[in-house]
Parts: sequence; C-alpha cells; structure tokens
Amino acid sequence: MSEAIARASETWDIIIAGGGNAALCAAIEAAERGAKVLILEGAPKPYRGGNSRHTRNFRCMHHGDLGPLVETYDEAEFFDDLIRVTKGETDEALARMCIRSSEDCLPWMQAHGVRFQPSLAGTLSLDRTNAFFLGGGKALVNAYYLTAQDLGVKVLYEAQVRHVGIEGARATHLEVEVDGVTRHFHARAFVLASGGFQGDIDWLARAWGESARNFLIRGTPYNRGVVLKDMLDQGARSVGDPTQCHAVAIDGRAPKYDGGIVTRLDCVPFSVVVNRNAERFYDEGEDVWPKRYAIWGRLVAAQPGQVAYSIIDARSIDLFMPSVYPPIAAGSIAELAAKLELPAERLRTTIAAFNAACRPGDFHPQRLDGLATGGLEPPKTNWARPIEEPPFYAYSLRPGVTFTYLGLKVDDRARVAGPDGPYENLWSAGEMMAGSILGQGYLAGFGMTIGTVFGRIAGQEAAAHVA
Amino acid sequence: MSLDVTLQTDPGAISSDPVAEARRQVEICNACRYCEGFCAVFPAITRQKVFADGDITQLANLCHNCRGCYYACQYTAPHAFDLNLPAALGAARAESWERFAWPGGLAALFQRRGTALAAALVLACALMFLAVAALPGGGEGFYAYLGHGAMVLIFLPAFLLPLAALGIGLRRYWSETGGGAVTLADIGAAARSAATLGNLGGGQGQGCNFEAEERFSDERRMAHHAVMWGFLLCFASTVSGTILHYAFASPAPYGFFSAPKLLGVPGGVLLTLGCAGMLVLKGKADPALGTPGRASGEWAFVWLLGGVGLSGLLLYGLRESVLTGPLLALHLGSVLTLFLLTPYSKMAHGFYRFAALLREAQAGRR
Ligand SMILES: Cc1cc2nc3c(=O)[nH]c(=O)nc-3n(C[C@H](O)[C@H](O)[C@H](O)COP(=O)(O)OP(=O)(O)OC[C@H]3O[C@@H](n4cnc5c(N)ncnc54)[C@H](O)[C@@H]3O)c2cc1C
Ligand code: SF4
Ligand code: SF4
Repeated sequence: MSEAIARASETWDIIIAGGGNAALCAAIEAAERGAKVLILEGAPKPYRGGNSRHTRNFRCMHHGDLGPLVETYDEAEFFDDLIRVTKGETDEALARMCIRSSEDCLPWMQAHGVRFQPSLAGTLSLDRTNAFFLGGGKALVNAYYLTAQDLGVKVLYEAQVRHVGIEGARATHLEVEVDGVTRHFHARAFVLASGGFQGDIDWLARAWGESARNFLIRGTPYNRGVVLKDMLDQGARSVGDPTQCHAVAIDGRAPKYDGGIVTRLDCVPFSVVVNRNAERFYDEGEDVWPKRYAIWGRLVAAQPGQVAYSIIDARSIDLFMPSVYPPIAAGSIAELAAKLELPAERLRTTIAAFNAACRPGDFHPQRLDGLATGGLEPPKTNWARPIEEPPFYAYSLRPGVTFTYLGLKVDDRARVAGPDGPYENLWSAGEMMAGSILGQGYLAGFGMTIGTVFGRIAGQEAAAHVA
Repeated sequence: MSLDVTLQTDPGAISSDPVAEARRQVEICNACRYCEGFCAVFPAITRQKVFADGDITQLANLCHNCRGCYYACQYTAPHAFDLNLPAALGAARAESWERFAWPGGLAALFQRRGTALAAALVLACALMFLAVAALPGGGEGFYAYLGHGAMVLIFLPAFLLPLAALGIGLRRYWSETGGGAVTLADIGAAARSAATLGNLGGGQGQGCNFEAEERFSDERRMAHHAVMWGFLLCFASTVSGTILHYAFASPAPYGFFSAPKLLGVPGGVLLTLGCAGMLVLKGKADPALGTPGRASGEWAFVWLLGGVGLSGLLLYGLRESVLTGPLLALHLGSVLTLFLLTPYSKMAHGFYRFAALLREAQAGRR
C-alpha cells in the first residue's frame, strides 16, 4: 500500500505498462541510458512476466555459429519462412528490420543475464533457427528483473493500468489500480507492453463467437487487453484481425489458464480424431505435427462443444513425446466409447470404416510415409495404420489460445500511431503491436524476437525523448 | 514398442507419498524439458517416458538441491501443478536412504531429529571422557591420555561396522535402480563428476540458486568443496598416521612437517570453514525448497561435522595443556558419533550420490 503511494507521488522519466519480455527489454535499455524507470506489472510477483514466462526460445538471424545456434540462418530464409506462415500478411519493412535486428539481440540478451542451452531433446530440427533459454522463459524473465533492478528500475506488482491519459498527441499519465484504489502515475514518456486480450474470455467470445468460451488459454490470465482497448477507444490506430486468435490443439484436460507447454499433445498424426458425435472431420496425417497443430486448433474449435478425441492403439503409444496427461485406456473400442461418453455404435463404425480403408505399406513415424487410406472421406494421407491392437488409448483435444492478433500500429521506431500521426511520447512493444508483423499464422520463436527488438527500440527512443 | 502407461499420474493429483509425488512432478518436467541444461537429472528424465519406483529413486539421488529448476519453473505455486522439484526429489531421496538403511528405523530417527544426533554426541563424548579417565594411557602426546591399543579397540569397529551397514544400503540402492556390473569407465566418469562437483555448477558454471533466490551464486559449491576436500584431507591424515605407526614404527605425536599434520591441519581448517559456510548459506536458503521434514537432522549433521574439524584443530593448537584431556574426549566423541552415524545421517548422501553418478554413467552410455 505505502509503496504504491510512494511510487505514485514520484515523477518518472518513463513508465512501462506490463512486465513481460518486451517491457523488460525497454526498461533495461532506458535505464542504461540514465532514465528513471518504473515498471507497472499487473500480475502478482509469482506470475510476473506474462506469456514470456512460458516461452522456450527465440528465433534469430545469424551468419555462422552464434551462441547455441549452428550454421547460418539469413535474412532471406527468415523472411521466406515468415511469408509462408503469414501468407503475406506482414509489413515487409518492419518485418525485415526486425529480422535484421535479431542478430544483435542474442549477444545483448547474454550480456543482460539470459543464458542459452542447446536445443532441447526432441527439438533438434530447431537448432539452426531458434536459440533456447536455459531454464525457459521464466529464467529469462528472472534474469531481466535482476538486471533491471540492479540498474535502478523500480517495479510495482499487482498494478493494473486502466487508462492512458492523453492530451492531443501527448500522454500525460496512467490511471492505475493498485490495492483496489485508482491512482495517477505521471511520467514524461510511456511504453505500452501489456500483451494481447486473450485473457478476457468475454472479449474473445464477442470477437470469435460464443464457442470461444470453451477455449483454453495457454498463457497468462493477466493479459486482458485493458490498455489495448483503452488506446483503441481513444483513436489509436490498430493492426491485425480483431476477430482472430492463434489457437492450437492441446490436451482438453489442461487448466483454463497458464497450462503452458506441457499441455501439448503430439499424437494426432498417428491417430484417428473424432468429434463428440464419434465422426472424423479432417485428414489427421496431412503433415508433420509442428506444421499442423495450429490448423487443428481451428478445426477443433469448429466442432460441437469445441472438443475432439484422438484415438490410437497399443502400437502407437510409444511414438510421440510423452503427454503430461495419462491416456484414457480401454480394452475395446466399446469400452473406450463408454469412458469418453461417445456414441459407442457410431465410434465402432467410424473406426471400422477407417480400418477397412487402410492399405498395406511401410509405416515410418519419422517422415511423411504416404501410407494413405483409400476411398475414405476425409482421407488420412500419411501414417494410416488400422486402429486394432488393444489396449486402445484416447486423449481429448481442445483449442488452446496462444495470443490474439489485434494490436497497436507502430512505426519502425516503435512509436504508437494515433489518429493524426504518431504520439509524441508513447511507444509500444511485444504482443501488443505484433500484429503489424504477424498478421496471421505463427512462426515459432518469433514472438520473443518481436518483443526483444521492439522493446529495446522503445526503451532507447523513450530514453532519448526524456534525455 | 508398448509402454506401461499405467505408471503415469494425473498432473493435478498431488500426493503425500514421496515417490508418487516426485513421479508426478518428473512427468510434468518430461513434458516441458525447459530445465534440461541445469543438471544431470533432466537429461536422465528425457531418456524415459514413464518412471518406475527405482527410476524415481535414481533421479532423486542425482539431484543435489541447487534449486535452479525451482526458480526457473513456470508451474510453481500458486499454479495448480504446484511444482517444487527440489523439495519433491529431496523427499524421495531422504526417504530412499531411510528405506535402504540397515538396520531399519535408525536413519529415519537421525535424519529427522537433530536432538537424537545431539544425544548420540553427548553419549559418545561421555564415553570418551570415561575412557580417558578409566583406561590407561601409554605413550606420548594424546596417547598419554588414551593408549593406542584402546583407540584401535574403539575406532576400528566404529569405522568398519558402519561401512558394512552402508554397504548393505548401497546394495539395496543398486538393485532398486537396476544397476549393472560396474566398469572402470563408470567409475572414472562418476569420480570426475564428484571431484569437481560438476553438477553444482548449474550447467554453465554460473553456480546454483541455493541461497540467493533467482540470483546464481557459486558459494554453495565453494563451501561444499571445502567440506568435502577438508574431510578427505582429515581422513588421509588419519590413514597416513596409521601407515607411519605400523609400517614405519613411528607413532604419534608428529611434528608439523609430517604427513599427518600437513594433511590434517589444512583439512581441519577447510572442514571447519566449509561447515561454517554451509551453515550460513543454509540460514539464508528458503526452507520450503529443502528436503521436507529433515531440516533438523541436516542442521545437526553440519554442526557435528564442523565440530569434528574444530575440535581436531583445537586439540592440535592446545596440545600439552590442561585442556588436552577434555578436548581429546570431545574430539574423539564427535569422531565416534560421525563414524557410527554414517549410514543413518546426512553423511550417507556422499555414498548414495556417488552410486547415483555411477548409475548415471551406465545409463548415459546406453
Ligand atoms: C504457452 C506459450 C508458449 C510460447 N512459447 C514461445 C516461444 O517459445 N517463443 C516465442 O517467441 N514465443 C512464444 N510464445 C509467445 C510469446 O509468449 C509472446 O510472443 C511474448 O511473450 C510476448 O511478450 P510481451 O512482453 O509482449 O507479453 P507478455 O510477456 O505476455 O507480457 C505482458 C505483460 O503485461 C502485463 N499486463 C497485462 N495487462 C496489464 C495491465 N492492464 N496493467 C499492467 N500490466 C499488464 C502482464 O501481466 C504481463 O506481465 C508462447 C506463448 C505461450 C502462451
Ligand atoms: S522444473 Fe518446471 S520449468 Fe523446469 S523442466 Fe520441470 S516443469 Fe519445466
Ligand atoms: S534442484 Fe538443481 S540438481 Fe535438483 S533437479 Fe533441480 S536443477 Fe537439478
């Protein structure tokens, strides 16, 4: 209580809304340039760091070995990867600037306490493109908080920014709720880095439709888009599709919020997936799972009850990374149907029709093996092997939201665009503005790249503004 | 091809059974793997998909409570998964030593109750006072207080019998964790790891998070190095004395420039300072991340070990004074306690840890 009053009565050079990766990068850069910086983190200390605490790596351009990264990953290839996932929904100039800046970020991160490790067991394919954090995103967040505090940055937890006070093209103060009391915090410049709005289920339901109430949120419940909405209401310009979110198929038993990485489920390609009516609805073997898990988020979202069941038999149980939830096991398909509360007869015929459509051939779990069904609708075009050897296993699937696309429009100096050109003293970084670059789709590790690049720029620019 | 998924636990089902609870947390870690680079525990976890009881015992004994994985974990309380791997593995580890110890019951007593250890110490010191008073001296230096024959009579069995008991425990460990025939390469790998306390480096030499929360620090590794090498030097000093006595017919007392003193004095200093350092660090560390229910036994053990070092130094420093007799009794009493309680106190951890490193060397090569 007294800390909040004391902080509110001070005059700050820069106040940063949010306490994740983007906010911390901005705080460190600004403090290193001599600015007096306050971080307002809406979450309590144990949950500080938003979605950044759930991350494991960041994507980084490099020429030759760099830190844990091997070989070369150049701008052209990085940009091609981005174009492929976003289908062109990106701002090329901003994207290229971000890609080019990523190379400098890795040594900067190391110099500010982040430690890297070789790519994790089971993720070898990423050892050229993505640098993994030792201990994951929470370790990164911890390191940045320590660095920032050593630089004199002050942090107030459980400080929810409700409103950005703006006069003309200048922000004057933030209205912040701490301990149930609303206080005004004054500064000469502000950085907004408080993430997307996926934590606000009502907003999701308004944007996406009522079915969004059944979605699970993979990350923090504290990113509720309060600052984003406030800025948009005041005429700030937006980017990104306001109705869309990035959702992947995760284990349906995951907690509503903050389930993070462990709710991942990798069995779909080796399974038959049915909906609540025990009917198949999509080709489970279309491609390797890392290229399909996002599509499956949307597919499951479109099913009745926003739920599906992935069913395998004894031969496939050892083919994928362990799931944190034990499979539901049964000696027969009928017993499995009972346990899953699916129509038993319907499930039996679905599995029987699938099994009958499987054709002989070689099964190769590690690559697209072309082992496809014949005359089945929808087909399964790889790894189609009959589900026939008990025990049978099932995992439930639900859409898990990673982030929302709607964000603030910024320029290449991370300045927020207002109704009549950029605001004079408002910058934004991270998920809150990522829609400019990631208009749709997702490129693993790019969220942290965007946050680091734009967070650093925002911190530098804000510090220059107040200097 | 098939996998015994019945071993898998529901990640939300927090258990009061140490093995079941450690298994629940280890399964969550195996689905996450973010901490892979911290220590040997995580690479060992990723080699498996399900974990039998013996696997949990092995993982628990590979962990040395550096706490890196706790501060890095996104699933610690108040998250529903309530991860606290250092405490969970600590509980499974302490419980395994108590299960393996022979005779049963003693380890549970001395690990859980510092007062029991203190009582044993008082008893042992009283015995030694009695021995010094009642038994004839014979010779120079402290042999004037307690003759060589009497010392051998007391300390030879006090040294060998606990070692035999410990052997039984280690055999049980080896069979529960499915160890095979030990090769020289295994011993080499384990010895390297133990001598450098490699795992205490936090994976990249940054140290651990024992006493400074999220900050890395090398202090615990330094303190532990001092304790371990101090103890080994003291032990070597005793061995060198024995060799001098029997092989060279040169009984104590020895001058400063003799093997027993050149080994023993620095050893005693290291042991004493190391234990003092451990006590300071322990005082700063968050007890909620330590082994639940064993803090009292651990504290008492470090005091005992430090007491052995300090009393030995004092004995040497105050030789041929009025205090020599009482100090001799105190020193011998604490050494006696340390030896006798080796299988039942925290002292056992060194042996089990070495066994775990051996087992890991075997598993890692496969
Ligand atoms: C499970 C999961 C795994 C991921 N893995 C990766 C990965 O490996 N690599 C990668 O690049 N990306 C990953 N992402 C995406 C990545 O998390 C984001 O792109 C990145 O963390 C965004 O950083 P940020 O700082 O903008 O937002 P966040 O880290 O979410 O920070 C937002 C901060 O704002 C605070 N806040 C919100 N509202 C308010 C308010 N009103 N007042 C004050 N504070 C407020 C929050 O508490 C939080 O501290 C993952 C996402 C999830 C959910
Ligand atoms: S301790 Fe936490 S962060 Fe580390 S591997 Fe386990 S679950 Fe992941
Ligand atoms: S406490 Fe340290 S040694 Fe133990 S599992 Fe965690 S990181 Fe490894």
